[in-house]
Amino acid sequence: MDILLQQIINGLTTGSVYAVVALGYTMVYGVIQLINFAHGEVVMIGAMVAFSIITSLAGSGMPPLAIVLAGVMAAIPACMAIGYLLERAAYRPLRHAPRLAPLITAIGMSIILQHAALLIWGRNPLAFPQIIENPSFSIGSAAISAVQITIILLSLLMMAGLSWFVYRTRFGIAIRATAENVHVASLMGINANRVIAATFVIGAGLGAVAGVMYGSYYGIAHYTMGFTLGLKAFSAAVLGGIGNIAGAMLGGLLLGLVEALGTGYIGDFSDLCRWPGASEGMGWMGERCADGAHFVVFGSNYQDVFAFLMLILVLVFRPSGLLGERVSERA
Amino acid sequence: MGMLKDMGHREKIGLALIAVALMALPFVLASAGTAWVRIMNFAVLFVLLSLGLNIVVGFAGLLDLGYVAFYAVGAYVYALLASPHFGLHLPFWVILPIGAAVACVAGVILGAPTLRLRGDYLAIVTLGFGEIVRIFMNNLSNPINITNGPKGINRIDSFQIGPVNFAGSDTLAGLVFSGPIKYYYFLMLVLLAVIVINRRLQDSRIGRAWVAIREDEVAAKASGINTRNIKLLAFAMGASFGGIAGGMFAAMQTFVSPESFVLNESIMILAMVVLGGMGNIWGVIAGAVLLSFVPELLRYTVEPVQMALFGKMLVDPEVLRMLVFGLALVLTMRFRPAGLWPETRHRRELSENRA
Repeated sequence: MDILLQQIINGLTTGSVYAVVALGYTMVYGVIQLINFAHGEVVMIGAMVAFSIITSLAGSGMPPLAIVLAGVMAAIPACMAIGYLLERAAYRPLRHAPRLAPLITAIGMSIILQHAALLIWGRNPLAFPQIIENPSFSIGSAAISAVQITIILLSLLMMAGLSWFVYRTRFGIAIRATAENVHVASLMGINANRVIAATFVIGAGLGAVAGVMYGSYYGIAHYTMGFTLGLKAFSAAVLGGIGNIAGAMLGGLLLGLVEALGTGYIGDFSDLCRWPGASEGMGWMGERCADGAHFVVFGSNYQDVFAFLMLILVLVFRPSGLLGERVSERA
Repeated sequence: MGMLKDMGHREKIGLALIAVALMALPFVLASAGTAWVRIMNFAVLFVLLSLGLNIVVGFAGLLDLGYVAFYAVGAYVYALLASPHFGLHLPFWVILPIGAAVACVAGVILGAPTLRLRGDYLAIVTLGFGEIVRIFMNNLSNPINITNGPKGINRIDSFQIGPVNFAGSDTLAGLVFSGPIKYYYFLMLVLLAVIVINRRLQDSRIGRAWVAIREDEVAAKASGINTRNIKLLAFAMGASFGGIAGGMFAAMQTFVSPESFVLNESIMILAMVVLGGMGNIWGVIAGAVLLSFVPELLRYTVEPVQMALFGKMLVDPEVLRMLVFGLALVLTMRFRPAGLWPETRHRRELSENRA
């Protein structure tokens, strides 16, 4: 039981990061139907910028919390600027081009950002300096760390803030109108270019925070971290129903849980020796399983497969996602 | 063959000259060093891969970002069936078709659930698929050792035709045929076959169906094309070409490991197709050759320049190479969306403003 609770806590932590990153994908997709492949790299750059600042300030004697805050505060505008430039320089000129063109550009930008990061920060991962104490609290027989609590609370706060922004402000109405129909929104006096650029900037800003959270949870930031994180967050967005903000949040949390529980239990589940009848008889299987040995087909090293499997399953059985309002089958 | 009949005298002479030049090329390269023949061979391998991906991306307009997975499948099939790992040593002409078939099945398995969806989903699912294949190659060493994990499989058999082994040198009529030179001629034969198949496909009913789907799927469907099957076919064919190329890669390298099949390779092949001109066979070939030599070009320019200026390496040519590929994708889409050597129909399609 303790493993179950522990995995749920871990899953909620990574899940809330996925959710925040997924928001970036889903907002852009909702407005211009583009998978912004480079979003994962923006998140990575956020983590790298913050880690560089935090490392360089670590010995300055400032209070640790202020140092971390400074890192985050540097990462957010940096990522927002990149998000804006991406939209302005790469995607906007192609807005009326056939669908394949912006998609290919997005791939190209993702590669460029990744390798630019490699040039700047090098091949070795940046480590999060040990400046903050990370006490653990026990819930029953499971433990939750201060970092985990911070990540979950901060993510919820950001999601709530974004919901308020999109559903309760004038600019939010403009975003939703543009997502509904760009042309009609333009006719109503909405500056569609500004709205589209804003979704990129907001998504990138959220992504920056997500990158720092993800990096500090695992203790390292690396120039390749954006790729898998981005793929998973995109899967989360599809799971929830792409283009749907509440869906991205739900999808992220669910994906985190599935991944954590899957990783926690797949080893036991696919241990053929634990299956009834496996250890008795059956020739060499019996020998392999003698004396309580294990025969694990899929270990926890398959962790990264879950997100993709879920993505494929969702696309097969419910392409519009859990809360999807859009039909994904469109010509 | 229809292709030859349609040509005038001058074109025939031109073609003959190109053929002679290509026949003589490996010996010219060998005089500069066998390494150059190897580099050329890899360029041809990338041409093959690009032509395979071109069927999917160029003809049918489906963005496949996990193409390297099929290349990997072909390479591992070859490695497992012709190495001491399982003690199997089948001849290459048996394995290459098996590799193509296995890759083809992989293509269908991947394509079936996703092809009825929008193109961008396909892109991301293929991306994920490429990763899954790599994760499996990395981890299928436990509990039963199938792929030997990250260590990869080595001592893979070279091609063997009768008494001629592609690993060593043979002398014929005073000319020394080193291993890479033999592979070069073999690759050229395969390339010729692939080009002919591609040309025939393009002008066939299937080829026209692909173009119809690429241009307007709804209209294609309305015209009675079974869009799902035709798209699956594109996927399967592209995958089999990848599988064949993978098998040859394994034999040429005599070593495979998951590290050779990362996402960057898929992106590289995509950049070749996009830069040359999606859908145009000759453009794709030119793009592949051009970009294949980028790493060499960088090695011989960026490295010495940096050493001379700074006395040490500041920028790794490997990183620059990927930046070049990324830039190639972005700039081509921005300024020449139909590629450097566009296909006529594609040019019209890609330069047209669709609101």
